[in-house]
Amino acid sequence: MTLNYSKKVIQNFQNPKNLGEIKNADGIGKVGNPVCGDVMWLYIKVEKNDKGKEIIKDIKFKTFGCAAAIATSSMITQLAKGKTIEEAEKISKSDVAESLQGLPPIKMHCSNLSSDALRAAIKDYKSKKKK
Amino acid sequence: MKTIYFDNAATTRVDDEVLKTMLPYFTENYGNASSIHFKGQEAKDAMEKSRKIIAKALGAKTEEIIFTSGGTESNNLALKGLFFWNKENNTGKDHIITTKIEHDCILNTCKWLERQGAKVTYLDVDEEGFVDLNQLEKSITDKTIVVSIIHGNNEIGTIQDMEKIGNICRKKGVLFHTDACQSFTKTFLDVKKQNLDLVTLNSHKIHGPKGVGALYIREGIKIVPLMHGGGHERKIRSGTENVSGIVGFGKAVDIANKKNVEKMIKLRDKLIEGILKIPKTRLNGAKEKRLCNNINVSFSNIEGESISGYLETHGICTSTGSACASHSLETSHVLKAIGLPPVQSNSTLRISISKYTTEEEVDYFLKVLPGIVEKLRRMSPIK
Repeated sequence: MTLNYSKKVIQNFQNPKNLGEIKNADGIGKVGNPVCGDVMWLYIKVEKNDKGKEIIKDIKFKTFGCAAAIATSSMITQLAKGKTIEEAEKISKSDVAESLQGLPPIKMHCSNLSSDALRAAIKDYKSKKKK
Repeated sequence: MKTIYFDNAATTRVDDEVLKTMLPYFTENYGNASSIHFKGQEAKDAMEKSRKIIAKALGAKTEEIIFTSGGTESNNLALKGLFFWNKENNTGKDHIITTKIEHDCILNTCKWLERQGAKVTYLDVDEEGFVDLNQLEKSITDKTIVVSIIHGNNEIGTIQDMEKIGNICRKKGVLFHTDACQSFTKTFLDVKKQNLDLVTLNSHKIHGPKGVGALYIREGIKIVPLMHGGGHERKIRSGTENVSGIVGFGKAVDIANKKNVEKMIKLRDKLIEGILKIPKTRLNGAKEKRLCNNINVSFSNIEGESISGYLETHGICTSTGSACASHSLETSHVLKAIGLPPVQSNSTLRISISKYTTEEEVDYFLKVLPGIVEKLRRMSPIK
């Protein structure tokens, strides 16, 4: 593979999990810029669990970007699914990179937008809830 | 999994015959071409034989060929050598004209020369990648040393009109240098008919070994060396010659032929036709005057590196149009120069074939590509 991607990156690039969109999503996070080469859209569905806490019940993504961008998108959906909103908000760039057994340094910033996308989706959900 | 190597603009497989010709020069005929004994003379004879073959392929004189370590060195030697000769001799000339679509080794040499006091004009190209000849003519002044224009472009395959450029340079009394690394043996190149004064050549793009190249310098043109030492290569390039490499380079030129070029053109056109059947694709570079082995296509709404990555899972090696996947994240300066917006530039794939490419490989590629493009488009938020 181009650059020295880890096995996990290649797996998630080849068979991305939770690909697609959610109709009537509770929150959508749109980040990135096609000029730079990466765009991520993240959709979340939020429900209350039996303890009354809001959790991410479902999450899906659409991504325009390189192998690292697709792999990080796939990874964040796996990390966030089933987590409470508070927990999901804490997922960082380095959490995503570590779960993928690391990313090439050159890809750390440009293609690791997924935690930003998740926070944007949660923000969107919260602002919709206020209305 | 079988490898399908579609990145021959990066480098090529060494031809078996080339390798066979080279091998004795490591273990039997290992002499230093500068030694006066018979071991040295064996090496020298082999080297001169290669020089003759290469000169003949260009329509040049044997002694006008200087061996170097490759295309990058030849390009550096040509431009720096001319600029500093003019500086040393106080000619008052300090101007270089080049284009916006050169290889990095020309552009970065020019940028460095600007810091040493050179004035550089970077010519525009049209949407197919052809140099604006009017702009070229108008840019030449009495301070111009040399016009350096790439023959066949390494990214988009456009072949410049050497005759016309050569005529303008001759008429205006300036030198004409071309980087012919991608075009050598693949399309017509003749230093007399095209009024070429300096030509950069290399070996590893034509099934020769890496680490060897040449610079043609027309008789009478003076340049200063980059390497100072024992005065090898007519005092222009000191350093013990890479005899085995030079022997391999000569052999590679010797066995290059029209039949292979015609075969590549056929397969190239089949690939282009097949790829363009996929919706929202666009061929970059010239339609007619194009390197026989180059295909450069943009696929709307998906990223080049992902396409390349999925192709790799099928054993197919290609490269992206942007430099994103390699050393920097900047989009290609060549695609920018032909007016491609950055989004399209990031969506570009370069496929470069060779004489070893088979019809079966082309068919297999055309079979798997549409599915990959469809999968990535389904994944993409951009519509």
